[in-house]
Amino acid sequence: MSDRIFASICIALAVLMGWGATIIEESFIQDPLGPKAFPLVIALVLAACGVAMFLRPDEDPVWPHRRKQIQLLWTIGAMILYVQFLPVVGFLVATAIGAGFLSWQLGASVKQACWGGFSISVGIYVVFKLILGLSLARGPFGF
Amino acid sequence: MDTLNALAQGFSVALTWQNLGLALLGCFLGTIIGALPGLGPSNGVAILIPLVFSIGLPATPALILLTSVYYGAMYGGRISSILLNIPGDEPAMMTTLDGFPMAQKGYPGEALAISGIASFVGAFFATWGLVLLAPQLVEVALLFGPAEYFALFTLAFATLGGLSSKNQAKAAVAAAIGLGIALIGVDGQTGVPRFTFDNMHFYDGIDFLVAIVGLFAVSEVLVFVENHGTGQGADGAKTVKLGRITPPWSMLKQTSGAMGRGTLLGFIAGVLPGAGASLGSFIAYSLEKKVSNKDDTFGKGDPRGVAAPEAGNNAAAGGALVPMLALGVPGSGTTAVLLAMLLTLDITPGPLLFTKNPDVVWGLVAALFIGNAMLLAMNIPMVGLFVRLLTIPAKYLMPGVVMISFVGIYGISGSTFDLMVMIGFGVLGWALRKLEVPLVPVILGLLLGAQMEKNLRRAMTISDGEISALVASPLAIGLWCAAIIGFVLPILVGRYLRYKAN
Repeated sequence: MSDRIFASICIALAVLMGWGATIIEESFIQDPLGPKAFPLVIALVLAACGVAMFLRPDEDPVWPHRRKQIQLLWTIGAMILYVQFLPVVGFLVATAIGAGFLSWQLGASVKQACWGGFSISVGIYVVFKLILGLSLARGPFGF
Repeated sequence: MDTLNALAQGFSVALTWQNLGLALLGCFLGTIIGALPGLGPSNGVAILIPLVFSIGLPATPALILLTSVYYGAMYGGRISSILLNIPGDEPAMMTTLDGFPMAQKGYPGEALAISGIASFVGAFFATWGLVLLAPQLVEVALLFGPAEYFALFTLAFATLGGLSSKNQAKAAVAAAIGLGIALIGVDGQTGVPRFTFDNMHFYDGIDFLVAIVGLFAVSEVLVFVENHGTGQGADGAKTVKLGRITPPWSMLKQTSGAMGRGTLLGFIAGVLPGAGASLGSFIAYSLEKKVSNKDDTFGKGDPRGVAAPEAGNNAAAGGALVPMLALGVPGSGTTAVLLAMLLTLDITPGPLLFTKNPDVVWGLVAALFIGNAMLLAMNIPMVGLFVRLLTIPAKYLMPGVVMISFVGIYGISGSTFDLMVMIGFGVLGWALRKLEVPLVPVILGLLLGAQMEKNLRRAMTISDGEISALVASPLAIGLWCAAIIGFVLPILVGRYLRYKAN
């Protein structure tokens, strides 16, 4: 079933890609093939593979059960929030909270997670910013 | 003779204090990355590329650092395979078959030492193979026109799924996804935007580093979160007593044949398109089992079963560099990541690289020799230190890996948009892995898409739109035939095996 859903997505994507390719504006500089041909070929390959997968699907993978699904969503959500807050609160604060949250997700106690997040954040800051001179996101406090 | 002169030149590049220091650092970091469960050569190097790029190292030192990391990770991978039965990456899988039983029988130190020496032997002779074979291949590559290059790229994609894939449609879908993503951005020939959804961020296209780090590193973390606490995957390990860390002479003598055979087979497997290190270690182990398994000792901790796949795996890693450097077409995941590294440093591999930037090529080869010797010296006496690293709990390690990935990508552009794209690729990578769609063709599509289209359109411009120009030369016809056979053969072989099994 999973393979069939994935195959359908691929076919839909291929159709969208084919349509997207036909509306590419042509330029006045032109080579015999133009900018549309290659995308169309790839859309065709994608569609063909989609059909092949739909007709001969593999066995379903083991999808995570509910508790794990929620945990995965939390992890992805935490990463997105981290990125959104990075320019707002600066690298040190965002990273300490983000890394702490992730390690708490992976089974650290609250105290361990606080220390873990703090050490990861400061460790990266010292190595990459102070020693190697990389530019990290700056917050309102300058770090 | 020319080759030897060039190699000597390369050593003069690599043997500066700065470059030696970088090689040492790279070997050390690489071994750590390889030894840590959940990190392997491909995702380790993938995380480091943006960092090295942001720090602003010049091309040759950066190349030396990253290839040392790559070789180091190949060495380090065997530590977790042997002690924990957790291969760091696919090629290390075969090492667990006899390595882990050997450690259980009370010879973990010997197993590590034998595998270290086998790695050295495999990598050392494969580097010589690279020195001798790559210039020959360059001669051939100079005959390639745009049509032949287009056929060659097709060949690379067709064979990539190769013997390891169960479903060729999935390998092809992966390539199409990668090529499709590579299309996003302004068309290089005519300057019109394609698939940009009128979003300014997409005009430059998707940076392949963002995609690679997302696909390899972020998806690895998601897989880890998923498996965490269910008994699969690594949640840290207890300390292991190593015992003696030098192998007895008798064991070296016993395994020397296995190392030789493994090296030769591994190198050949590495040079062939689409095979790479996984096949190298697999063939090396299978043949060794056929040759030496007289007393049915394989799978129960036979040192020859450790030596053969390790030699094969490292020889294949060296062999895979031949097509990557000479043709610009990588055959495996890790060489794809190395290609990404070269492209980031603004070096286009291919026949012209040998004439235009000989210092890069031969500096790299010299760095391989030096790094290899360093790794042997580092790995035999210091293996205990690396083993201790295995006890770092994953609950701290994984968040650290995520954050370092973010730092690297942020360092390239300073844009949070790229970070969001990276998370997107992480989720995509996780889903594809669940569906058993290989990730390497996606990466290769991203890396080669622009080149492939450019060559196709150039060929069409030369022939004034005549499609038959793609199959005009015997060389092109040969490449097309190889591509078709390479794609169809695994399907037939798979059917035959299933038929036989029933």
